[in-house]
Amino acid sequence: MDVKAKKIRVLVAKPGLDGHDRGARVVARALRDAGMEVIYTGLHQTPEQVAETALQEDVDVVGLSILSGAHMTLAPKIRHLLNEKDMKDVLFLVGGIIPEEDAEKLIAAGTADQIFTPGDPLDKIIDYINAKFASAE
Amino acid sequence: MERENLNEELNKWRSEVEGLKDRKKNFDTISGEPIDALYTPLDTDELDYGKDLGFPGRYPYTRGVQPNMYRGRLWTMRQFSGFGDASDSNNRYRYLLGQGQTGLSVAFDMPTIMGYDSDHERSLGEVGRCGVAIDSLEDMEVLFDGIPLDRVTTSMTINGPAAVLWAMYLANAEKQGISLNNVGGTIQNDILKEYIAQKSWIFPPEPSMRLITDIFAFAADHVPKWNTISISGYHIREAGSTAVQELAFTLADGFAYVEAGIKAGLNVDRFAPRLSFFFNAHMDFFEEICKYRAARRIWARRMKEKYGAKDPRSLKLRFHTQTAGCSLTAQEPENNIVRTAMEALSAILGGTQSLHTNSMDEVMALPTEKAVKIALRTQQVIAHESGVANTIDPLAGSYFVESLTDKMEAEAEVYFERIDQLGGVLAAIDSGFFQQEIADAAYIYQKAVDSCERVVVGVNRYNCEEPMQIDLLKIDPDVEEKQVGRLKLLRERRDNQALTRSLDDLKSGAAGSDNLIPKILAAVKLYATEGEIVTALKEVFGEYKEKPLF
Repeated sequence: MDVKAKKIRVLVAKPGLDGHDRGARVVARALRDAGMEVIYTGLHQTPEQVAETALQEDVDVVGLSILSGAHMTLAPKIRHLLNEKDMKDVLFLVGGIIPEEDAEKLIAAGTADQIFTPGDPLDKIIDYINAKFASAE
Repeated sequence: MERENLNEELNKWRSEVEGLKDRKKNFDTISGEPIDALYTPLDTDELDYGKDLGFPGRYPYTRGVQPNMYRGRLWTMRQFSGFGDASDSNNRYRYLLGQGQTGLSVAFDMPTIMGYDSDHERSLGEVGRCGVAIDSLEDMEVLFDGIPLDRVTTSMTINGPAAVLWAMYLANAEKQGISLNNVGGTIQNDILKEYIAQKSWIFPPEPSMRLITDIFAFAADHVPKWNTISISGYHIREAGSTAVQELAFTLADGFAYVEAGIKAGLNVDRFAPRLSFFFNAHMDFFEEICKYRAARRIWARRMKEKYGAKDPRSLKLRFHTQTAGCSLTAQEPENNIVRTAMEALSAILGGTQSLHTNSMDEVMALPTEKAVKIALRTQQVIAHESGVANTIDPLAGSYFVESLTDKMEAEAEVYFERIDQLGGVLAAIDSGFFQQEIADAAYIYQKAVDSCERVVVGVNRYNCEEPMQIDLLKIDPDVEEKQVGRLKLLRERRDNQALTRSLDDLKSGAAGSDNLIPKILAAVKLYATEGEIVTALKEVFGEYKEKPLF
């Protein structure tokens, strides 16, 4: 893959009302340092705002950061809005305080492609995304 | 030993040690503060006992704010708690009080924190999730049902809409027949650290600061036992700051509130005695203890020398502590019990006035009853079995502890100068200074953990693959629907005409300069919802917007 010609574009999004942005910002920076094009939405986004930004910015990856316990409502809603906007192929990742049971449900339902939780190293996220796009080429 | 001899002997020892191999390259605190192998009287020879330490309960309060500290009364054991609806949380409060907890601390859900009612579209999926849902005085009545508000003090973690929730608490106390003179507790009410770190804001800085000074003035006249603000470093640290940044940014916020109070025409000694603080207890044991000691000394000196406070109560930095949520690990969660115990011990050795110990499962969910009981027992074991509460400030005089206390104070002073150069706290927020400093520190820390330079047991060292399962608290999925249903009935039942007049009166007050607390109280008593009051104020004040950066 020609890295210069085609950087992976990632939207890091903070949907919902919680203000815990430490994880989102650390991940955004790590992805940028790993050579990706990163757009960060800022806080307190509605699902509609997240989906609209994803469309406008024409991203390859949407990464949600949710630490308020609202992931079972917000993640499916955003996935649905992305599908409606013909963004079915976007790689959809969810990070934050996601209990294992919920993580399994989100993946089984086809909502999320992968879930990342506290303690996961930054490289795990970077490697996961790179691998997805390497195999897609 | 004479100084000269000591220096000579120290050099001899150093050359001997130089030949020995250290087990790692850098020895530093979790904040990156370099630590020497040994501290000696040479590190503290400028320490003046009377000037720098003094006695407990006396200026500069380095050794503690009470003359007899824990020999008189132990710290308040105050577990932060709230989930589901008011009735779920009321049950948990009664359980905790039954287990020997000595104060209450309310965790609100995100809609309440952000000023939305449970039936607002932005509340969808968030009601009762990470705290209790409170929409009106009716919910507040249920929350404290059967709990005597003249005998229990309550802390409420609420900032943007602090005035509204406080008014509900006061109105409920009056309904219980309790005079406001006898009601004690704390509202966090610290908007500056919201802009800096916690990011749960509603209004822009100027009207937010006005609401805060209105609260200072109203409490001074009517609710004298209330801590009107809890100036918080906790969230700054959780967002990734170092210990020195936590210390410096929190105190800088404190000075900004003092200046706002003075600017609003209040005498410093009229409101400063009710200012309180809230710090984090992170994993680096000695660094934390030194942070608390330095904080007391800096506050006392500035309040006396710069702001001319004369009442000794204005000089005393009283603080609550919570162990570091960000130090907990999802891997092998039982290890979190040990981490929390260490952190709690540092807060106690540092002279905290009250303490919350995190439960082992809080990295994954709100705590179960079993987990919160272990957390409370941790405090009780330290209090009654360890012996550390027998004598006051037992680490004073340690060459290391005194030297690190001095160093942290000096480094905080450097930050105060930088903040002044930027034009003060509000200007520094506006330029993103604090936010960038914290983001940088968080990133450096995460890289150090990822590269195993910093060891986190069970995560990047001694980690085993098999997941250790523990039971997690589940929030009743019907909470949202039930809460929305109750709210609908309330809106039908109350006197909506009187309510509209009251909200109009609040709006015209907001546009003028009257103290807004009596107007908010009046609306609350008519069962105005939190969202209705906040919406009325937003019409006049507007809303805050942040420039996103990373």
